Amino acid sequence: MAATQEEIVAGLAEIVNEIAGIPAEDVQVDKSFTDDLDVDSLSMVEVVVAAEERFDVKIPDDDVKNLKTVGDATNYILKHQS
Amino acid sequence: MTSKIKPAKGHPYARILGVGGYRPTRVVPNEEILKHIDSSDEWIRSRSGIATRHWAGPEETVAAMSVEAGGKAIADAGITPDQIGAVIVSTVSHFKQTPAIATEIAHRLGTGKPAAFDISAGCAGFGYGLTLAKGLIVEGSAEYVLVLGVERLSDLTDLTDRATAFLFGDGAGAVVVGPAKEPGIGPTVWGSEGDKSNTIMQTESWEVFKDAQDRNEVRYPAITQEGQAVFRWAVYEMAKVAQQALDQAGVQAEDLDVFIPHQANMRIIDSMIKTLKLPEHVTVARDVESTGNTSAASIPLAMERLLATGQAKSGDTALVIGFGAGLVYAATVVTLP
Repeated sequence: MAATQEEIVAGLAEIVNEIAGIPAEDVQVDKSFTDDLDVDSLSMVEVVVAAEERFDVKIPDDDVKNLKTVGDATNYILKHQS
Repeated sequence: MTSKIKPAKGHPYARILGVGGYRPTRVVPNEEILKHIDSSDEWIRSRSGIATRHWAGPEETVAAMSVEAGGKAIADAGITPDQIGAVIVSTVSHFKQTPAIATEIAHRLGTGKPAAFDISAGCAGFGYGLTLAKGLIVEGSAEYVLVLGVERLSDLTDLTDRATAFLFGDGAGAVVVGPAKEPGIGPTVWGSEGDKSNTIMQTESWEVFKDAQDRNEVRYPAITQEGQAVFRWAVYEMAKVAQQALDQAGVQAEDLDVFIPHQANMRIIDSMIKTLKLPEHVTVARDVESTGNTSAASIPLAMERLLATGQAKSGDTALVIGFGAGLVYAATVVTLP
């Protein structure tokens, strides 16, 4: 069953916490991965790969650069999850 | 009529018998790179793990560095130069394609008249050369083979590109491969993914100089890469290749002593270890910190340093994997010399 928006945000929070050590509660939809959460471009790849596995979705390299905020990633996953 | 052809007499197995390296004398710290790009030492270290690299001077040519490294490897193997039956040189930064630089290196090493040729397999060049060497020995075309990875990547570095200016280094690494009673080099898992040829590449063909009306308007070629795409491929796809190399060699991760990945970037190395779930007791080569990315030279250079510093010892079982422009890759399990 497809994940809801809340489940995706919570899942991303867990992933970002595990990969970048950012407290999960800081991971909110309006937060920028790079500017607010200190997730650099390489950690972003790890976040994306973990999200792909968790939400059964493919996020090609070309689309990764458009995922600026947690909200962008959440919407992308909502739209593309199978 | 079809005559019966007598096959060459080869050896059952091959192994690495000696290793040697050459690092240029000039050490270039991040501070020097920062004269050309808007960045910081902290940024470079956090993205790549690189603190310093060696850049070759005018006298430290591809041939000169190779002769130094090759000579050390031959001495380390306990053989004499005239016993070398083939010299394989992997490089992307020797700019005179004809004749192959391997012939000059072989001559300067005093090897007599071995087969000598260059290969182009980017950062997988060492693994490609090692695989060829093993084949030559087992098939019977050579008794001892010198495999060299050598680069002057500073010549192909765009000092104004903040994504790559700090990345590359120069140097030469060599091994001598010879016959063995037991298998010392496992099956190679290798391949290419030409659909990703733009991921890491030389910005311009040398033909731009031939075609240019005004040479001052032509940009000198440099190596460029798509960082995120390379990172994803290297960490996740190459971890699978590394696992296949372990499986095909029949070696469990628990039984591994050393992991020598291509020294591309410390972040790639750290993430690969995590993805591969390597046990903590495995010694990991982290030569990139002080050597930068030296492409085909990185694995033998790292191997030489691990052995020289006592972090690894002769007889240890090591997983080696190279990956880079092509995209190409090669992984195998070896017994250290």
